[in-house]
Amino acid sequence: MEHPSGDADGAKSRGGDARGGPAVALFVTCVVDQLAPDVGVAAVRLLEAAGVRVEFPTGQTCCGQPASNAGEPEAAARLARHMIEVFAPYDAVVAPSGSCAAMVHHNYERLLTGSDRERARRLTAKTFELCQYLVGELGVTDLGARLDATVTVHDACHGLRNLGLGEAPRELLTAAGATLAPLADSETCCGFGGAFSVEYGDIAAALADDKLSHASATGADFLVSGDVACLLHLEGRRRRTGTGPRPIHIAELLARGLPTTTGAADSEIAGHVGGPGTSRDSGGSGR
Amino acid sequence: MSHGIVTPGRTFAERSRAALADPELQGALANLHRRLYTAGAVAETNPELRQRAASIRREVLVDLDGWLDRLEASLERVGAVVHRAATPADARTIIVGLARESGAKTVVKSKSMASEEINLGDALERAGIETVETDLGEYIVQVAGERPSHMITPAIHKTLDQVAAVLSTRATGPLPAEREPLAAWTHDHLRPAFLRAEMGISGVNFAAADTGTITIVTNEGNGRLCTTWPRIHVAVMPIEKVIPRFSDLATLLPLLTRSATGQAMSNYLSMITGPRRDGEVDGPDELHVVFLDNNRRALVGTAYEDMLACIRCGACLNVCPVYRRVSGHAYDSVYSGPMGKVLTPLLSRGAEGRDLPHASTLCGACTEVCPVGIPLADMLVRLRGDLSAPGPLVPAPISTRSSPRAEPGRRRLAGEGYPTRAAAAAIATPGARRRGALSISHLGFATWSRVWASPTGYRMTAALGRRIAGRTTGGWRHGLVGTSGWAATRDLPLPAPRTFRRRWAERGRNGDVGRGTDSW
Repeated sequence: MEHPSGDADGAKSRGGDARGGPAVALFVTCVVDQLAPDVGVAAVRLLEAAGVRVEFPTGQTCCGQPASNAGEPEAAARLARHMIEVFAPYDAVVAPSGSCAAMVHHNYERLLTGSDRERARRLTAKTFELCQYLVGELGVTDLGARLDATVTVHDACHGLRNLGLGEAPRELLTAAGATLAPLADSETCCGFGGAFSVEYGDIAAALADDKLSHASATGADFLVSGDVACLLHLEGRRRRTGTGPRPIHIAELLARGLPTTTGAADSEIAGHVGGPGTSRDSGGSGR
Repeated sequence: MSHGIVTPGRTFAERSRAALADPELQGALANLHRRLYTAGAVAETNPELRQRAASIRREVLVDLDGWLDRLEASLERVGAVVHRAATPADARTIIVGLARESGAKTVVKSKSMASEEINLGDALERAGIETVETDLGEYIVQVAGERPSHMITPAIHKTLDQVAAVLSTRATGPLPAEREPLAAWTHDHLRPAFLRAEMGISGVNFAAADTGTITIVTNEGNGRLCTTWPRIHVAVMPIEKVIPRFSDLATLLPLLTRSATGQAMSNYLSMITGPRRDGEVDGPDELHVVFLDNNRRALVGTAYEDMLACIRCGACLNVCPVYRRVSGHAYDSVYSGPMGKVLTPLLSRGAEGRDLPHASTLCGACTEVCPVGIPLADMLVRLRGDLSAPGPLVPAPISTRSSPRAEPGRRRLAGEGYPTRAAAAAIATPGARRRGALSISHLGFATWSRVWASPTGYRMTAALGRRIAGRTTGGWRHGLVGTSGWAATRDLPLPAPRTFRRRWAERGRNGDVGRGTDSW
């Protein structure tokens, strides 16, 4: 049987940095892995820019949130135990997703019993959303990124309410020189909601329209948030309606502002969230 | 479709689509949702008050039956008559019986969600007793033949033009679509009903067990008229409205009004301790209090117990993005919004509103704003699981019950230190799922979690998914077979050409070349 943490040991040597900064394990999340890997790459670049040694335990899969939200605690607990196993060897776990990090924080302890519950507590204590880790743990806001853009920030729900991310994303953007345009109802859900976005697609789209039109009213170039699933939902809607600035993951936008070492574009997916060259990359109706 | 629900459709999905497509409804909601949102947010201002209120409500739940006995004794001591109704039908029988015995021809009603819950108005009308709603919003929906769409602002789904049209059907000519003339007309129009009514019916916001005092919060003064002018006052009280002490009102009342409407205190506050006594000028001859169970006692000791802490402020409706878009009738239930999604299946033992817990993005705004700390989003998740198998909903008991705690070095005050139970309870209740009651969804998640608990299983199924999605070219599609739930309204993202893990592995193979660059 395969070791649950996969080739974690091999991974350690891979991203290794002999300079001896703090080491973190990247929990890239299944959504980023499959649908928006640029966001994962950007997260690694930001962490490395902050002097962090990044490791990627390749045994990782999914935090189990789809099962948990469906009211299937046994299935969610199975994936929670796997996550705990995979990330046990590391001192800190960082995810470019408020929702997946919040799944660990809000649910793991209650999903598990006995000694698993204690292990869940340990994983929770060392699991961070990306901005939360950079600003809250490392105390870094200036990563050397420079952005000449006006941005507006959507506070994605689980990072906001279950992790208490607060102003961390805005602090990073401000330190990079971006101009922040306040978003009306920035704390109101974008309408994604996992299975909700499929079961109740009409309400989900109506809520996306609200978000996009509020964002459009700011005149911002980008609608920034910290959860890929929400951003894919918003971009999917925007591609139908043409309303609103481009939704982009905060890691992706900040990494764009980092000094390049090769001059190559960091994306290979035209038109994807977070990738440059979107067909509607005009900054939306705000321009 | 239930009586009085104007938004058509068999399911929440159908009704919400109809609601989104109703321009007048959307216009009414757009006018008002910002005000309501602000009102809900006010509840955040005093966390200590919220904590204390939450604790008082949990203190009741530790011994609900005991507090009800104490309340009953206090009510009888001050001259009230207590009736216990196990079901809505029992409550209707009791109240219609009281009206008949007293020979009442007209009943005036103050706003009461409990009376909606037992469908009292219809029962009285069927018994040939004229029943007049006297809260302005309730009167509007009564004349329109509808149900309240919001527990605090019943006619919030109507535009001013619609309200004028509805009320004009009872006037001698068309009424102007202006607020003050419409309110003034209603005021004058309802006055004779107060005068001729033999019976007044109200709800109960709080009932203090120590003094037997019923407290009713209103903004229009109609509640005071209903409870003082008619000869008989009947108060319908869902059993969880009991509070231990009269002094607890100092905590609970300002929290209720702030959370409901943003007011520091409501315009009217009626504290009723028994019927009119000898020598007193005002008040009814008889006061009857009907304790309504309707499956509430069965929730005590389960993971849903905290729902009984609800004080019906409506803040969770006001902040709910779904409620604010589709309005109350889409829920096709007495209680709407997040608390309605939880309470409707619980009170009906799963007979009603089974699809409601799914109609949530789980954004958590309801949990955040709830002044008494009910973990509504967590309860929705738990209900999804408990309702996934067919049959009645019978919540399993949970074992944890901690004693009240005080902060170290500090004396515990009355009502302080009672913990919330549901939030701390395990999400999984071992053995809670009924044997043999397995759903396709349950089997699907069980299988999926087994496969994805293995890195190999994850990689293989993800690769398969990428193949099905169209050879993984990245970008967006207008749609794919089987994706209409998403793609009817949004373009569909396709998997990226290379997964993150593949890019990481390739970067590693390039050794130090890839690291620190932006091109891997």
